[in-house]
Amino acid sequence: MIQFLLKRIGVVIPTFLGITVLAFALIHMIPGDPVLVMLGERNIDPAYYREAMHRMGLDLPLWQQYVNYLGRLLHGDLGTSLITQTPVMDEFLTLFPATLELSIAAMVFAVVFGLAAGIVAAVKRGTAVDHTVMGAALTGYSMPIFWWGLILIMVVSVHLGWTPVSGRLDIEFDIPPVTGLMLVDTLLSGDSGAFASALEHLILPAIVLGTIPLAVVARMTRSAMLEVLREDYIRTARAKGLSRTRVILKHALRNALMPVVTVIGLQVGTMLAGAVLTETIFSWPGIGKWLIDAISRRDYPVVQGGILLVASMIILVNLLVDLLYGVINPRIRHAR
Amino acid sequence: MNKYGLALGALLTLTAGGAMAAGTLVFCSEGSPAGFDPARYTTGTDFDASAETVFNRLTEFERGKTTIRSALAEKWTVSADGLTYTFNLRKGVKFHTTPYFKPTRDFNADDVVFTFERLIDKNHPFNKAAPAQYPYVTDMGMDTNIASVEKVDPYTVRFKLKAVDAAFLQNLAMSFSSVQSAEYANQLLKTNKAALINTQPIGTGPFVFKSYQKDAVIRFDANPTYWRKDELKLDKLIFAITPDASVRYQKLQKGECHLMAYPRPADLKAMQSNPQLQVTQQAGFNLGWVSYNVKHKPLDKVEVRQALDMAINKKAIIDAVYQGAGQLATNPMPPTQWSYNKSLKDAAYDVNKAKALLKKAGAEKLTITLWAMPVQRPYNPNAKLMAEMIQADWAKIGVNAKIVTYEWGEYIKRAKAGEDDTMLIGWNGDNGDPDNWLGVNLGCSAVGGNNYAQWCNKEFDDLIVKARNLSNQAERTKLYEQAQVVFKREVPFTPIAHSTVYMPMSKKVSGYMISPFALHSFYGVSLK
Amino acid sequence: MSETTTPALTAPDFPSPLAEFWHGFSRNRGATVALGFMLLLFVAALFAPWIAPHNPIEQYRDALLVPPAWTTDGSWRFILGTDELGRDILSRLIHGARISLWIGVVSVLCSMIPGVVLGLLAAFYPDRLGTVIMRLMDIMMALPSLLLAVAIVAVLGPGLANTMLAIAIVALPSYVRLTRASAMTELTRDYVVASRLAGAGTLRLMFSTVLPNCMAPIIVQATLGFSSAILDAAALGFLGLGAQPPLPEWGTMLAAARDYIERAWWVVTMPGLTILLTVLALNLMGDGLRDALDPRLKQHD
Repeated sequence: MIQFLLKRIGVVIPTFLGITVLAFALIHMIPGDPVLVMLGERNIDPAYYREAMHRMGLDLPLWQQYVNYLGRLLHGDLGTSLITQTPVMDEFLTLFPATLELSIAAMVFAVVFGLAAGIVAAVKRGTAVDHTVMGAALTGYSMPIFWWGLILIMVVSVHLGWTPVSGRLDIEFDIPPVTGLMLVDTLLSGDSGAFASALEHLILPAIVLGTIPLAVVARMTRSAMLEVLREDYIRTARAKGLSRTRVILKHALRNALMPVVTVIGLQVGTMLAGAVLTETIFSWPGIGKWLIDAISRRDYPVVQGGILLVASMIILVNLLVDLLYGVINPRIRHAR
Repeated sequence: MNKYGLALGALLTLTAGGAMAAGTLVFCSEGSPAGFDPARYTTGTDFDASAETVFNRLTEFERGKTTIRSALAEKWTVSADGLTYTFNLRKGVKFHTTPYFKPTRDFNADDVVFTFERLIDKNHPFNKAAPAQYPYVTDMGMDTNIASVEKVDPYTVRFKLKAVDAAFLQNLAMSFSSVQSAEYANQLLKTNKAALINTQPIGTGPFVFKSYQKDAVIRFDANPTYWRKDELKLDKLIFAITPDASVRYQKLQKGECHLMAYPRPADLKAMQSNPQLQVTQQAGFNLGWVSYNVKHKPLDKVEVRQALDMAINKKAIIDAVYQGAGQLATNPMPPTQWSYNKSLKDAAYDVNKAKALLKKAGAEKLTITLWAMPVQRPYNPNAKLMAEMIQADWAKIGVNAKIVTYEWGEYIKRAKAGEDDTMLIGWNGDNGDPDNWLGVNLGCSAVGGNNYAQWCNKEFDDLIVKARNLSNQAERTKLYEQAQVVFKREVPFTPIAHSTVYMPMSKKVSGYMISPFALHSFYGVSLK
Repeated sequence: MSETTTPALTAPDFPSPLAEFWHGFSRNRGATVALGFMLLLFVAALFAPWIAPHNPIEQYRDALLVPPAWTTDGSWRFILGTDELGRDILSRLIHGARISLWIGVVSVLCSMIPGVVLGLLAAFYPDRLGTVIMRLMDIMMALPSLLLAVAIVAVLGPGLANTMLAIAIVALPSYVRLTRASAMTELTRDYVVASRLAGAGTLRLMFSTVLPNCMAPIIVQATLGFSSAILDAAALGFLGLGAQPPLPEWGTMLAAARDYIERAWWVVTMPGLTILLTVLALNLMGDGLRDALDPRLKQHD
């Protein structure tokens, strides 16, 4: 296990270095610079422009900027935003919990409903139920989620008035951020109204973000279940006279979980990409929106740091999934 | 469906309103401010959250107007040569008391001196400790034109200028001139936390900064010691940051906020017919135009520019792009700007005459680029849409326009370098002075800068340079009116529209006035 | 598809591979319907100028935001209504099919061809070159695809060609990984060893021995890639970075329509539904192809 872990980490380090180069190169290749973007149609004095670029360290040769950046990075310094002048890490830490909360909620939604749908479809294989569930899943999988979000807001929030339109919490509640996870913070504050409000705000974005993962989980669960249900030990278990529900839930599901776990791992990247759109639509103050804004404002340190942090997260999750894989199925460890 | 939605919306408004503390105004704002030190920034989003709430200035614009009134300076005198300004400061004004700062003295001359020395002296100790740029100050020429700021006595300050600046008092009313506390700055310097001036602001203004969560909410409390008591009628002010305009409208409908910034023109009709809402409006102090690069052939020929000018169906653009929320523009400044020449008329929309002009100039079958900016601006809600319409209009006179767009910063950079043939651009007035329109956008010294037409006409330039150095408004008006005639004859750009500013709000809000400078201020506003 | 099974492995009484494929594919009713839909869309795109009732960029300025024909204020002149400039939505959707299908084809080819080549190289030279290639792919995989695409488009500038390129780059790793994995498996098979011993060159081994046997999953991936290309292009268009007006790309239409969501539901609904249906059809076809091409899954049925 330890060896496996070390080997994986050995692979991660060059990947990491590559990501710093990629992030750095990409953002600096984008035409325009932060000073010009900020000024808009306002006039600019060339001397002032040179000075501003110098102050931001943007007049050095690119390779030197990169070396400086890497040097700071080794000291754990991700730099300071050129626009807000706050450390990138601070900004990330205040915004990340919002994305995390949204992603967890979306994942819970996707896994709970996806597993259920997949199991039902597998058990009722070939029936109308199966076709309906799988048809719905494929539709969900094909959904342009930005459009889905707009339509849901129109129908559920505006016309039916069931959920709030956007944001994380009603403005009347002033909850001090402790963990940054609104559900937890409102619980800690002891104000049940605030908790209900946080939950109401979370539902719609979580559904939108969870739609594609839900479809994937449902499809994966179904095919994994079908495969497992054919195995000898299931037939044996059934033959032993165990109840159908018991066999499905205890034996079949447990073995069908493995591919599902992989899918969940793979969906984390998709989820963060989807978060960019979902956060834009629901005005959700998370890192997706933060990064898109930073790209358009040419806030180099934020883009570099943000991409690095997001990439680390994806790598970390994939590593975890690999480990979990090993726990669920010990054979994998030896195979690798 | 709609009726049901409305009724429910009303119900929710009631419940939400009941739960909120009395006198808490919620404003659905359009974006997150980059910081709370107004001098560092250039956009309304940043100024709304700091300059208009936390701070005061020596002079201030009258609510909803371009004229100024006294503020932290009670009165002032100007020397005969127009180079020395002496300000008598208001007594008994207190800076905010917050968990991070407790003032020990009232506002005085030291604060004014600190504020302006920081802006004009790059080597000021505070700038060493918290490096920052002050782009707007530079743009308005304040940093180079102020020779000195001195304290005469604790309540008198003297500014010396290098050259006459007819708009100096106006410039002092602009957001970047917000007066900071010297005592707070010293405290920050001593504790080595100078950077906090941008995240924990201290001012003398109507609202005290409480907390800020990026992309979510900014909270302010009323300033209990505010010196202009009659203008403070709220207990709390909250900015609910909501970047999407249709979401802002939905929140307004549901009573989640009382006012919203920048409604989409497409939603205005529904807003005006909603019984829960009132929509105030004001002619915009802005101008959107199509600029012709006179350095590119054949746009150097005035006939070609006239042909393109008369082929644009401005009325249709105002209907579709501005959804009627715009005013047809003829002059290079808005009608509310003094010195606006009322006698000027647009050339009539005439396809045949335009074709004839093109033929005369030998420019039939013309292919040119038409640039459209990628972002929404106060003077142009949808540049791409406008470009598509102009493209179709010009196609009718045989001009093939290719729509080009670049990322916003790049757009400006390339446009200033003169790479475009024709382009969409515009301007929002800064200080209510005519030179802020004619000089900034059309003067010879602005070529390579904001003079996107690259147009340097001696007759025009002589007039505006002469007017700039006069202080008599009547004389200046005459010169500026003549300059506009020259502009209309030469057509360096086609003015399209002044975008009307709308402010949709709940019927409970009273006393809100729209700022001509695209700012949102909440002093003087109350809730019923 | 006829080369997918080598003669050595084909039992004498097998049906022809093409017939077998069609048998497998047509058993999936959804996939057949989807194929029909896609053919229809393809024909519409091909003959757009003749089928579309109006010119897609013609602005009827007396008919802004006219609702669809079946609603009370609608007219049969504009079946699906008009947009904010009075352009016929149906015509724009039909012409948009050209652009969207074009985006799909080009970006799939632009990522599949280099992806397959890189994947084969990585499989044939697993030590140095393979490691380098796979590390590069890891780097790309570690970034959320949309974010990467946004950054690439920001570098290249918005526009149709750049959108396709960005989508192709983002999709590259999936082809590389897939090809490498299947090629690695094939490389251990007897027939490969045999042809290597028979003196086949590396190029020949790569492209005529190994590649045909890896094609099944690659084709399935390409179908799915086609649908995600359309989705990604629409997402970029929605963020204002995709095809530029007046091109009637579906995502760009949706982005422009967003302003009118309260007032004119059809300008938002129509392009969105079109995207959904097209992507759904492609995914259904992908499922059908998988059933027909992947022998392991077939056995289970």
